[in-house]
Amino acid sequence: MAEITKLIHKYLRHDKKFPHVWCPGCGNGILLGSLIRAIDKLGLEKDEVVLVSGIGCSSRLPVYVDFNTLHTTHGRALTFATGIKLAKPSLNVIVIMGDGDAVSIGGNHFIHAARRNLNLTAIIINNNVYGMTGGQFSPTTPYGAYTTTSPLGHIEHPFAISELAVTAGASFVARGTVYHTHVLDEVIEKAILKRGFAVVEVISNCHTQYGRKNKMGSAVDMLLWMKKVAVSVEKADKMSPEEREGKITIGVLVDRDLPIFTQEYQRIREEARKRWATVTKSA
Amino acid sequence: MSNGKASHGRVLVLQGNEAVVEGAVAAGCRFFAGYPITPATEISEAMAQRLPAIGGTFIQMEDEIASLGAVIGASLAGVKAMTATSGPGFSLMQENIGFACVAEVPCVIVNVMRGGPSTGLPTRVSQGDVMQARWGTHGDHPIIVLAVSTTRECFDITVRAFNLSEKYRTPVIILSDEVVAHTREKIQLPHPEEIEVFDRIKPNMPPEWYIPYEDTPRGVPPMAAFGDGYRYHVTGLIHDVRGFPTERAEEIQAFLTRIHRKIYNNFHDIMMVKEELVEDAEILVIAYGSVARSARRAVKEARERGVKVGLIQLVTIWPFPRQYIEPLLRRVRAVLVPELNFGQISREVKRINQGRTRVEKLNRIDGQLITPDEILSRLLKL
Ligand SMILES: Cc1ncc(C[n+]2csc(CCOP(=O)(O)OP(=O)(O)O)c2C)c(N)n1
Ligand code: SF4
Ligand SMILES: [Mg+2]
Repeated sequence: MAEITKLIHKYLRHDKKFPHVWCPGCGNGILLGSLIRAIDKLGLEKDEVVLVSGIGCSSRLPVYVDFNTLHTTHGRALTFATGIKLAKPSLNVIVIMGDGDAVSIGGNHFIHAARRNLNLTAIIINNNVYGMTGGQFSPTTPYGAYTTTSPLGHIEHPFAISELAVTAGASFVARGTVYHTHVLDEVIEKAILKRGFAVVEVISNCHTQYGRKNKMGSAVDMLLWMKKVAVSVEKADKMSPEEREGKITIGVLVDRDLPIFTQEYQRIREEARKRWATVTKSA
Repeated sequence: MSNGKASHGRVLVLQGNEAVVEGAVAAGCRFFAGYPITPATEISEAMAQRLPAIGGTFIQMEDEIASLGAVIGASLAGVKAMTATSGPGFSLMQENIGFACVAEVPCVIVNVMRGGPSTGLPTRVSQGDVMQARWGTHGDHPIIVLAVSTTRECFDITVRAFNLSEKYRTPVIILSDEVVAHTREKIQLPHPEEIEVFDRIKPNMPPEWYIPYEDTPRGVPPMAAFGDGYRYHVTGLIHDVRGFPTERAEEIQAFLTRIHRKIYNNFHDIMMVKEELVEDAEILVIAYGSVARSARRAVKEARERGVKVGLIQLVTIWPFPRQYIEPLLRRVRAVLVPELNFGQISREVKRINQGRTRVEKLNRIDGQLITPDEILSRLLKL
């Protein structure tokens, strides 16, 4: 308990920003806890951390913590983060997005950020729904699920966010859930440490919108659902496709060393300096 | 600054787009993000060479929304930043322009205008985005918009755009057009010591005393960069003086009033017009951008024929130089506003004129420049 109080005092804007906007039991708070523990364990200086987010319930997260915090426009968080990282590469830039934010309106930025491979950490809270606007379907809403805009059951098929990130070229991709907090703490820590574009997809519960419409019960029931369907990457590897049906693999999906953008750009700077430092392009 | 020593003082022949790049570099711009589009592409291409050579950063983003996002991010981290585009890309940038207004992030956006709407006339000149530059993003907001008409102005006004954006913590839009962008003209680049460069005011108080959106008398609070040791919150939501979202009526009112006040109270610093032969003029031509070039010529020829006509070239388009133009409207017999749209600035002139004098328009929307002769023959009939 004392440890938690210490972290609260150290990292939360506890005297300014509470109570928070989230529904009681929302998974966003659990992720916030994991993120703070990971940052504390890594011993990052608060001044050196920039938390960037888009728009959504999940994107409200940065306002509560005492870092450099930036709440951008819907879907565009990664683009702002790109500018920050290029302007000051020494900063630890961590981006928080929702599933709608990251892979619907921001889907193009997401795949390009993965391809470009800047040294950023992208955390996506996937609750399978647009929470903030009241429970419309998102690009990760499963086929057949009920939402306010799929009142007769969803007829589209979802993106698998982590697999998309792997294909798009991210250096590091991991998935966790807000039930498995130890795994979550660990993968977030690894993602922050990773040199390159690192993605953590966090399966979370929006029990008030998605859960209610799909008869998944309370916040606790949804956590128990996560416990039931999650299997580790190692275990999933040994399962047949039939056994894997309906399961969610958690753990590190990819961890590879690729050249990062800033490192490559340094090379461009040196070459450009040799060629163009003193000549202005003229007619 | 290590920008190309060899070029200073030397006479170069540059197109407007290249001069914009030189002006930006001279003003201290070290970050550019953009997406290719005619007729603005040369700005990206020149930046891709210039910036890395002087330790800056050029990045081609996946679209214009991303470009302005990256520019705002770089500026928040303390680096002067710019993007450049044309109509379709300018449309995509509107949401983030509003963000920069509300979060008070200095940045420069160049719109090299081409014919619209939609994909329109990619290679043809136009001045169709004057109103979009004013009102393109949603909600009441202040904005500074400057128009350029020569290679020289592309350099000078770009420097000025950066200075104003830094001074007032606001996005500044430069309206160029296809003719200005691609016309090659002689230019002697000034030496760096001749160029006045303004950098944003940074906080110097201890971090615990820093109030990031404080209502100072000037209306422009000092701006800390991320990583400077002043941890604060930046949001597009309407916020209180600490930067935290608010829905309290008095805080909303105070915030929106301040961001308008900081621009309008400094009107005289922001307003730039170039006048020619206005003193004894009985007729005025009000023009901007490439059309001002034709207008200058037409005014000269009309004078040679004994017509007392003067030229007002608007450099600052928004806020509209009302305080300057209003007294002149009381004095002159007629005003002619030639422009490459259906009458976006003439509408503004008529609005402030309130029937005092005759305001006539001369418009082309066919992708062609208005010629000096067209203006002259209208002047002779007024
Ligand atoms: C350009 C734009 N379009 C739409 C919205 C409305 N909007 C706000 S949040 C949101 C969806 C959020 O869903 P998600 O990203 O999954 O976040 P969650 O609330 O579920 O955490 C939408 C559509 C907006 N703010 N901006
Ligand atoms: S609506 Fe859903 S996502 Fe938003 S705070 Fe409530 S539970 Fe969380
Ligand atoms: Mg969601």
